[in-house]
Amino acid sequence: MTLDAPTRPAQSFDDATTPASKRGRGPRESVMSRSAAMIIMGAFTLYFLIPIFWLFVSSTKTLDNFNSGPALWFSATSVQDFAGNIAQLFTYNDGIFPRWMLNSIVYATVAGGLGTILSAMCGYALAKYRFRGREALFNVFLGGVLVPATALALPLFLIFSEVKLTDTFWAVFLPSIVSPFGVYLSRIYAASSVPDEIIEAARIDGSSELRTFFTVAVRLMSPALVTVFLFQFVAIWNNFFLPLVMLRSQELFPVTLGLYTWNSNVSQYPELRTLVLVGAFVSIIPLLVAFLSLQRFWRSGLGAGGLK
Amino acid sequence: MTVTTARTRGRRAADESPRPEAPGRRRGFRYRGAIAIFVLPFGVLFAAFYLTPILYAVWQSLQKIEREGTFGAPTQVFGGLAQYALVFQASEFWSSILRVLLFGVVQVPVMLFLALLFALLLDSPLLRGKRFFRLAFFAPYAVPGVIAAIMWGYLYSPSLSPFSAVTSSVGLLDGGTVLWAIANVVTWVFVGYNMLIIYSSLLAIPTEIYEAARLDGASQWRIAVAIKIPLVIPAIVLTAVFSVIGTLQLLTEPLVFRQFTSTISSTFTPNMLVYSTSSVPNFNLAAAFSVVLAVATFILSIGFLRLTQRKADQ
Repeated sequence: MTLDAPTRPAQSFDDATTPASKRGRGPRESVMSRSAAMIIMGAFTLYFLIPIFWLFVSSTKTLDNFNSGPALWFSATSVQDFAGNIAQLFTYNDGIFPRWMLNSIVYATVAGGLGTILSAMCGYALAKYRFRGREALFNVFLGGVLVPATALALPLFLIFSEVKLTDTFWAVFLPSIVSPFGVYLSRIYAASSVPDEIIEAARIDGSSELRTFFTVAVRLMSPALVTVFLFQFVAIWNNFFLPLVMLRSQELFPVTLGLYTWNSNVSQYPELRTLVLVGAFVSIIPLLVAFLSLQRFWRSGLGAGGLK
Repeated sequence: MTVTTARTRGRRAADESPRPEAPGRRRGFRYRGAIAIFVLPFGVLFAAFYLTPILYAVWQSLQKIEREGTFGAPTQVFGGLAQYALVFQASEFWSSILRVLLFGVVQVPVMLFLALLFALLLDSPLLRGKRFFRLAFFAPYAVPGVIAAIMWGYLYSPSLSPFSAVTSSVGLLDGGTVLWAIANVVTWVFVGYNMLIIYSSLLAIPTEIYEAARLDGASQWRIAVAIKIPLVIPAIVLTAVFSVIGTLQLLTEPLVFRQFTSTISSTFTPNMLVYSTSSVPNFNLAAAFSVVLAVATFILSIGFLRLTQRKADQ
């Protein structure tokens, strides 16, 4: 009840305009529904965050004290145990874990960045030029959105083995560049955020089509391109099946595949259990930070995807 | 000539940005070089890493391996629909399809119901601290499927879980419940993502639309059911289609859970069957499984779209 005292301006405006006869019933009802809403959201906050919190707490425990003490709280030696775990994680097996992290970052940022530029160019052309076969081409790309990445992994493996490129960096990198969804979003954004008049004006100034795109259009599309990049970054970072099928050499693994192989060896090497949990926690930190700080781009992107 | 103009005009009417000045054909011709430079880099990679694998899978599925005698060298020859005949006899393929369909029939509605509920609450004036809830609910989407499955695998395990009082007596990873244990992982990761899709389409509704209802004293519940939900149906349909596709492709979570329990067979889901068949290796049969699965996915998602559109038209 006291929690609800400072209501939002919009709400108090409503209360003021409500006839006195209704006001008696209105707020009480809304206190009830407000409490219900807060209880539902509060309960689900626990559901969503406790697993991540547990992962954090577990990464501050050594193998010996994993099962002693409270599972969801820290122990007296948490700080030095965490530091010890991190040190072990980064040096185990000649520092294979930082290598995996680096691989994931390279696959996701370089392939994602390149993919975003190519998607933007293609989407821009599909939105701003009219040429024969444009709609057919767009529909083919759009069909690609419905093709799940897992369905492509095995045939890609066979094709790459024909040209002797399996178990190489390129086997994961090259297919990751292509994002039909990026083209779809880019086309929508280009159509709505790059006015034809600006392109016309650039032409009159003697700018080439390419220059107009890279100097004018890209700037106008840039918030949208962050969204395209985010989608692709996450898709590549989360991709598990393609590297699983393609790669044999540990030093090429992304972090997801690396932790998966560690976890499958836990019964032989029990010390890996701590490393899997610490590694899992460390591997989600960059993504959590990137995600939460860039959340507004998600919303605008998802909005465009959902409405069209 | 007249035919061309009529067609151009028709096309222009459908365009988002109608431009009155020049007919489309000539413009396209004029900027042919630029268009090629814009479209080709993506187009070539799309052809190489999307179209080629699909065609290659279809071609592979029409081949079969023949040996001369028992120890002869294997040669690949055209086998017609031989692999597809095997697909239709493979009972483990159909039971894996049924398993993921059962999974989807339960998990997708539960997940989308929760996503819709959270989105409506975020959009209502009932809630405070919306930014926090939005971030907290979306956070699991930042956890890759493999990591989420490993994490929940430990949370479920009878001995290692912080909730071992529950997990040691219930046996969440037993044969009967393991499918729902996986459903929980998928739901945990994707509810916030779907919530955000629905929420952003709620934000796009102009508030004037329900301002009048609010002044008339309609409750938030009534506004949600009568005004908001009908307007976000397209967003819900979109999330449903992607969820259905994801369900049929289920692979990562059960594959990881095999490390925690022996109740998951190597043919638990269609994609796991494809993977284990190709590891035999029997690429031709694996390709035929993939093609049937892709066609089924396509039919299901298109069918779902059609069905919901027809309902919306009525």
